Amino acid sequence: MTPGGTGAEARAGWAFVTPALLLIGVFFAIPVCGAFLLSFTDFDLYSIGDFGSTRFVGLKNYQDLLSTPLFWTALRNTTYFVVIGGPLSAAASLAAAVLVNAKMLRLKPLFRSAFFAPWVTTLVAVAIVWRYIYHPQYGLVNAGLSHLGIGPIDWLGNPHWAMPAIILLSVWKNFGYNMLVFLAGLQAIPEELYEAASLDGAGAWHRFRHITLPMLGPTFVFVGVVTMIASFQVFSEPYVMTQGGPLKATETLVLFMYEEGFRWWRLGFSAAIAVVLFLLTLIGTLLQLRLRKATER
Amino acid sequence: MMRRLKSIGLHAVLAIAALLAAAPLLWMISASFMRPGEANSSPPPLLPAHPTLEHYRALFTTLSLGRYFVNSLLIAVGGTLLAVLITGMAGYAFAKLRFRGREPVFRGLLAGMVIPGQVAMLPMFILLREMGLINTLFGAMVPVLAPIYGIFLVRQYAQSIPDDLLDAARLDGASEFRIFRSIVFPSLAPVLATLGVFTFLSAWNDFMWPLIVLSDDAHYTLPVALANLAGEHVQDVELMMGGAVVTVLPVFLAFLFLQRYYIQGIMAGSVKG
Repeated sequence: MTPGGTGAEARAGWAFVTPALLLIGVFFAIPVCGAFLLSFTDFDLYSIGDFGSTRFVGLKNYQDLLSTPLFWTALRNTTYFVVIGGPLSAAASLAAAVLVNAKMLRLKPLFRSAFFAPWVTTLVAVAIVWRYIYHPQYGLVNAGLSHLGIGPIDWLGNPHWAMPAIILLSVWKNFGYNMLVFLAGLQAIPEELYEAASLDGAGAWHRFRHITLPMLGPTFVFVGVVTMIASFQVFSEPYVMTQGGPLKATETLVLFMYEEGFRWWRLGFSAAIAVVLFLLTLIGTLLQLRLRKATER
Repeated sequence: MMRRLKSIGLHAVLAIAALLAAAPLLWMISASFMRPGEANSSPPPLLPAHPTLEHYRALFTTLSLGRYFVNSLLIAVGGTLLAVLITGMAGYAFAKLRFRGREPVFRGLLAGMVIPGQVAMLPMFILLREMGLINTLFGAMVPVLAPIYGIFLVRQYAQSIPDDLLDAARLDGASEFRIFRSIVFPSLAPVLATLGVFTFLSAWNDFMWPLIVLSDDAHYTLPVALANLAGEHVQDVELMMGGAVVTVLPVFLAFLFLQRYYIQGIMAGSVKG
């Protein structure tokens, strides 16, 4: 790629990217840097009225954070959500993609749309719907389970069940997106590979295990990174369904950050949580990219 | 024979799975037409015994959902139009216009993609407060205006525009802006449509940022208003289902009519990404 170009072209180039760069700079890059700075200050409700009252406090917010039990609870809950919900969602997506991709299937677009539909819905709205579906007495889930002889479960009221309930909602809401990603990956696998394997007498499971899965390697990395980044940010589900309860069993990092920052106006302390969120996402992404390199070798 | 059994099995499994996936949405619609209190019986009724529109009437009169609907629509439509224009220009320039610093700037943008948006929210709130943009529709639009993934998507697509076409137009004396308007913009139409539906969807469905930036009831978007209502009307299942239907309906209709843009966008973005 040659740098430069003609004068007019270069000027136009900069003119065309400037609105985007300005917006990203002012409303994303500067605030991200600001979050780091903010996390070293005691910025609070008084600072909003008068910036001068803000003091630099060094690492105090981080020390406080590490000694706040609720932070560890939120970290544990978020990790639970990421580590259980992510793979579960990917597995559901892959299963749906393999079934929808089957050659003998009719009405393929209909099934594809049915599975994708939850993804386009508004999270707040469906979280409210699911809150009633999970109702211990009148909810559809318990009504269905009672037919199987399983006793009523207080899904959102029991600290052990609240997070699984939120994970289930989230898998239902999101698996359709990754199903499409996996479908694209499946359609990129050359048909000849399967034909050759069939001639060699390989069964369906064998073909799936030794052709489909390895060929989907890069797709898995993409799905893994995107799902993980999104999962770390879980906020609306607990905000709407449980407010972080019961007994803080669904308090997540971003919910904790929101409450500290915008309910108690401890913005400096809250910014330290934002930085932790950033670091976690970064570490997670690097780990997965490393995994990709390892599998490609 | 074996093949036939397999085919029946596959269709049965998928039909059940599709029904389960659709069940929450179907029940939402059904319950929104039930009489007050009807959904709270055991076992839960699947269909309204006496369908009624009273919840929709209440939502649009006493609960002024119409105003929140308009707010949501203005934010989503305005944000989408601006985003398509801004991202379209930037994506094209990164793909086709040669200028110094292009590659490093683009790589910088890509690196920014792994940073969660929430990291920026606290300083952004302070910033927008200083700019007087709190409680404004523009303030709520800000996060969707220049999506980096969108620039990436447009750039991928714009690379297929033949250089000869652009050079010929330049030889004819067309200005770069004119070339963009009359050659590039039309040929980017499919990818811009994809970008448009995604931006509309994320602006309409967004919750956390509008919740932070819109503290004044008159400016609430539908999701923010709905979350508030859900706190006050915990017992009014049928009413809340009506509110959920109103919130979901526009994005759902957009999906039904424009699904190929969603599906193409996701499938194209992921294979190359």
